[in-house]
Amino acid sequence: MAEAARAITAQAGAEDALLTVSNLEAWYGESHVLHGINFDVRPGEVVTLLGRNGAGKTTTLKSVMGILPKRKGSIVFQGKELMHAPSRHVAKEGIAYCPEERGIFASLSVEENLMLPPQVKPGGMSVEQIFTLFPNLKERLHSQGTKLSGGEQQMLAIGRILRTGAKLLLLDEPTEGLAPVIIQQIGRTIAMLKEQGFTIVLVEQNFRFASTVADRHYVVEQGKVIDMIPNAELEANIGKLHAYLGV
Amino acid sequence: MFELLGIPPQALFGQLLLGLINGSFYAILSLGLAIIFGLLNIINFAHGAQYMLGAFVAWMLLNYLGINYWWALLLAPLIVGITGVIIERLLVQRLYHLDHLYGLLLTFGLALIIQGVLRNQYGISGLPYTIPSQLSGGQNLGFMFLPNYRGWVVLASLVVCIATWFVIEKTRLGAYLRAATENPTLVSAFGINVPRMITLTYGFGVALAGFAGVLAAPIYSVNPNMGADLIIVVFAVVVIGGMGSILGSIITGFSLGLIEGLTKVFYPEASSVVIFVIMAIVLLIKPAGLFGRTA
Repeated sequence: MAEAARAITAQAGAEDALLTVSNLEAWYGESHVLHGINFDVRPGEVVTLLGRNGAGKTTTLKSVMGILPKRKGSIVFQGKELMHAPSRHVAKEGIAYCPEERGIFASLSVEENLMLPPQVKPGGMSVEQIFTLFPNLKERLHSQGTKLSGGEQQMLAIGRILRTGAKLLLLDEPTEGLAPVIIQQIGRTIAMLKEQGFTIVLVEQNFRFASTVADRHYVVEQGKVIDMIPNAELEANIGKLHAYLGV
Repeated sequence: MFELLGIPPQALFGQLLLGLINGSFYAILSLGLAIIFGLLNIINFAHGAQYMLGAFVAWMLLNYLGINYWWALLLAPLIVGITGVIIERLLVQRLYHLDHLYGLLLTFGLALIIQGVLRNQYGISGLPYTIPSQLSGGQNLGFMFLPNYRGWVVLASLVVCIATWFVIEKTRLGAYLRAATENPTLVSAFGINVPRMITLTYGFGVALAGFAGVLAAPIYSVNPNMGADLIIVVFAVVVIGGMGSILGSIITGFSLGLIEGLTKVFYPEASSVVIFVIMAIVLLIKPAGLFGRTA
């Protein structure tokens, strides 16, 4: 395991990486949650963070986004150090975040939710393109945001960040609690976004779903990245992965 | 002349008008409190003092600089709003991570300081502010006499309240405000400058109080305690309407003014407590307030 960790550290900081996270530590109040997270994401890749509940996957995304105030280490995006940037600056650099709880605003209509995130870079998707992707949203435009079904709320949460022109998307468990048919739709969406050149970091519990969309998987355990498995080698490492995830 | 339930119509409509005027002030002030509480989670106890400050700034503009009522209606809220922005930046901002109680104590202390300074300077007897000449006189409506200025106060408050409601509920800016009220962290993560929005919201809420103060200056005499007397009732109005509800605070403000006016006609002894009695009943039946959203 130590070898694997070294290999990961060596890889983090690869020249061509879009996002490089090194030795990231983070705290919730007094409790030390991340103990040195290392991973990198190359442009156009879909990378997952796999791990058990409480391993630190969500915290990693929040740290990258600048939401957790107490952090240390390094987060480099497009050559720029973001460790000390407040989250609104991180967003303006072109990173968009879709939280696990989806974050649909109850006091806003579907349309207002969709139009809320300001454009941060040119080249975001048009509203029409988002409606092509998620036709349900167009029909429910004037409903209250939280009156949508869980699946529709997830589509809204993903759809609204596609408008902004952000090129790196951080998606926290987009399939959680959804019906298989919706999960398939989200899977197709992620594949389509990858084709369009988006780079995606996906937090997942469901590694079967992850294996259908991702290029590489980082395994997070107790606040550390303990292994990296390319998707092509997933089958060969299935035993190891089962042990990591305890499934 | 006909009578209603033994009450002469002049008395009835006269009290209803007074009620409507009080209701106008309740509405603007509770609206400001609701907006501030919604986004900042601060119970702005300085609101009454800021209303009084609006009246004083109007009086000072007139007496020291010769600036008339109409300009004061624009400038005084702006000046009071700017003091609000400064207060938020220097003081209130430090309290967001603490319990509500600290914000309440800070703003209560600020209210005492503002009142104390003005009382020391101008005494408590009250300074006159004449009704602008364009609005002096009144209309005989047959069933009652309507002083022009009082009609104007009701109209101006209604317009300001409805405009504020429109901006908050129907515009892009309002959507930012509502979203940040729900989940400021996520709104920041979309790239929106939430701290600046909070500062400007406090400034705006305080400016509303200043605006009400200018409207009040020609009706009540301008004195350092005018806000302290009013704000207690306004807090009751906010509790009845529900903290954080925009439309709720407007409707509750006007209705409670009217109810208070009616009580003065039919059972004057109860007129000063009727709002508090309603508050107690609402708290028993619907603790979140009539328009409050239960979380």
